[in-house]
Amino acid sequence: MSEATISPLPTSARAGVLTYLAISALVFVLMMALGVLMRVGQADWLWMPPDIFYQVMTAHGAGMVGISGLAGSAVMWYFLRRYVDLTVGILWTNLALFLLGVVLILGGIFVGGFAGGWTFLFPLPSHGMGAWGNVGAACYLLGLMSIGVGFLLLYLDAARAIISRFGSLAKGLGWPHLFGRGEGEPPPPTVVASTMVLIINTAGITAGAVVLVLILVNLFVPTFAVDPLLTKNLIYFFGHVFINATIYQAVIAVYEILPTYTKRPWPSSRVFLAAWTASTIMVMSVYPHHLLMDFVMPTWALIIGQVVSYLSGIPILIVTAYNALTNVYRSGMRWDIVSGLLFLSIFGWGVGIVPAIIDGTIAVNNVMHNTMWVPGHVHTYLIVGLVAMLFGFMYHVAGQNGATKTIDKVAFWVYAAAGMAFSFMFLLSGYASVPRRFAEHLPEWVEYSASSSVFGALVLLAAVVFAVRFLTSLKTARTT
Amino acid sequence: MIQGTIFLVTIVLMAVVVGVFVFIAINAGKESVDYGPVQAKAFGIRTGLFWVIVVAGVLITVITTLDLPYAATRGDVAEGAVKVQVDGRQWLWTLSQDSATADDTVVFEVTAGDVNHGLGVYDPNMRLLGQTQAMPGYVNSLQLTLREPGTYKLLCLEYCGTAHHAMMSNFEVTAHPDHASATITQGRDGA
Ligand code: HEM
Ligand SMILES: [Cu+2]
Ligand SMILES: [Cu+2]
Repeated sequence: MSEATISPLPTSARAGVLTYLAISALVFVLMMALGVLMRVGQADWLWMPPDIFYQVMTAHGAGMVGISGLAGSAVMWYFLRRYVDLTVGILWTNLALFLLGVVLILGGIFVGGFAGGWTFLFPLPSHGMGAWGNVGAACYLLGLMSIGVGFLLLYLDAARAIISRFGSLAKGLGWPHLFGRGEGEPPPPTVVASTMVLIINTAGITAGAVVLVLILVNLFVPTFAVDPLLTKNLIYFFGHVFINATIYQAVIAVYEILPTYTKRPWPSSRVFLAAWTASTIMVMSVYPHHLLMDFVMPTWALIIGQVVSYLSGIPILIVTAYNALTNVYRSGMRWDIVSGLLFLSIFGWGVGIVPAIIDGTIAVNNVMHNTMWVPGHVHTYLIVGLVAMLFGFMYHVAGQNGATKTIDKVAFWVYAAAGMAFSFMFLLSGYASVPRRFAEHLPEWVEYSASSSVFGALVLLAAVVFAVRFLTSLKTARTT
Repeated sequence: MIQGTIFLVTIVLMAVVVGVFVFIAINAGKESVDYGPVQAKAFGIRTGLFWVIVVAGVLITVITTLDLPYAATRGDVAEGAVKVQVDGRQWLWTLSQDSATADDTVVFEVTAGDVNHGLGVYDPNMRLLGQTQAMPGYVNSLQLTLREPGTYKLLCLEYCGTAHHAMMSNFEVTAHPDHASATITQGRDGA
């Protein structure tokens, strides 16, 4: 859609999107600081009592995943409202429930002592062994619930709006054009991506809500029996879908912004539609790759986990990343902080899924699961992929296209290099069999954490620059 | 050592991705050319790439799933295997026996008494040989052949609370009597 034809954002919607992004910028920086703190602790540069380390770890995990969801939904909302009629009141309701959730989660962790990990595997929440009690655990779980309800409202509103404009979710995914001869133009990429995200996230959050209720009831009525393997399936289904959905929302920024730089169209081609429909199914069916070391799971489910892990690389690498590269190649596009960060983000996503997919191989997982290999690929596509996408979007919303300063350039290169180095140190530790989620490392593992702390601090510094630049240029923020 | 292969394959593939992105980035800002021909060429390359990936994917899937670590859990235990019952609790491992002889095939029958734990078996060089989850109400059997004599370590590989990182036990593998002399001979030869 050309800039001229976009209707201006209503004041309250503009304020909403900017508030989402301002909070995201702050929280990303804060959570990165917690990340550096953990690495410094593992490096033995600072002694942290284990219970504090695990509280920080729980806060970093839940905080990063939650704020990625919030920032991702801001990207989706900002662009989707150009095509359909979204409810501004829901945007604010979601934010209110999110902040309520944050208060409950922080209270549960830092007052209640809850340190069950952001994935709260049952029955750990009720087994704090003195480090936390049921109240702390319940606060944490209710906080997640509050955040989930807010997002559910947001996605249901998006579903309503897409259905009323395009007729059905199938049409939102472009199925008439994918499978037959749809009339007229297929829905634009933003609508296709948003439809995919709302479908998977509605399913994911519903599963999450079910398991939260099961665990909460069991917390106070222990005779209410809950199966640990069932809850693990539900938790990983929810967790996998939710964190993946963040990047599938954020990539909308690439679809919308990059073509304005290259002056080349990025339409919903048939291959594009096929990729998104395939991703819809795969993101929801790949979660057994988190259970490959649960040998009692049915073999067929675990093989699906491996096969779908492999398959899910196809739409990302040879459709999304490939289209981006084709769009950019010899386009004569202008490099600035926006196009730079967006290009970097596609790279981060593409390069990060390599070790992720390899880890989806059962034989590999047997020696890599729950080692540092996992934070290794996760941080590659979250720091260099997702968060780069989000900061690129923020610079764009702040109207900083073409206004790149030297400090932006420096921060960009530090962020890219240190982000890769930081993640690579995790991968290297995984290769050396260093376990993840260890408050204290054996002496032979400490050197990995030491250099890693330096790289982490550099990532943090660069992110501070991005955040400050965004927050100080809110005055010039776009009005469309 | 399987980790070496995994690392090598990962680095090579990541380097390919880096190379492609650097190539495109260098060419992005150059004088613009017509998009039509660029697209036509790129999509042609992609069709080839797609089939290469599909064929490679099928081959790799078949090869890597021929030998899955699940056999012992499904009752397919190697003949003469030594069975070790392992029970994980916050925060220690209880083992029915804590030693074996080199070259023994050991089946760790793993469960948990309170929360989820994970049994990771580390060789004397602290390389992870294999792992399985320890879950209350379920038994996962991890079958490994322990070739090298020495002190193996059992680490907890599923986060289980405040002392998760301290949940470590030793597992001794003593030299095989028949092989002991062989080892000494080797040593003498080498000296
Ligand atoms: C400066 C940047 C960052 C640093 C220094 C950092 C550091 C860490 C560390 C040390 C861990 C624990 C590793 C272990 O298991 O021992 C961790 C885990 C994690 N990080 Fe980060 N991180 C950073 C950025 C991010 C970002 C941007 C995200 C997401 C958008 C993220 C999401 C996570 C998640 C989900 C976990 C898993 C937590 C768990 O195991 O329960 N991190 N990070
Ligand atoms: Cu444990
Ligand atoms: Cu543990």
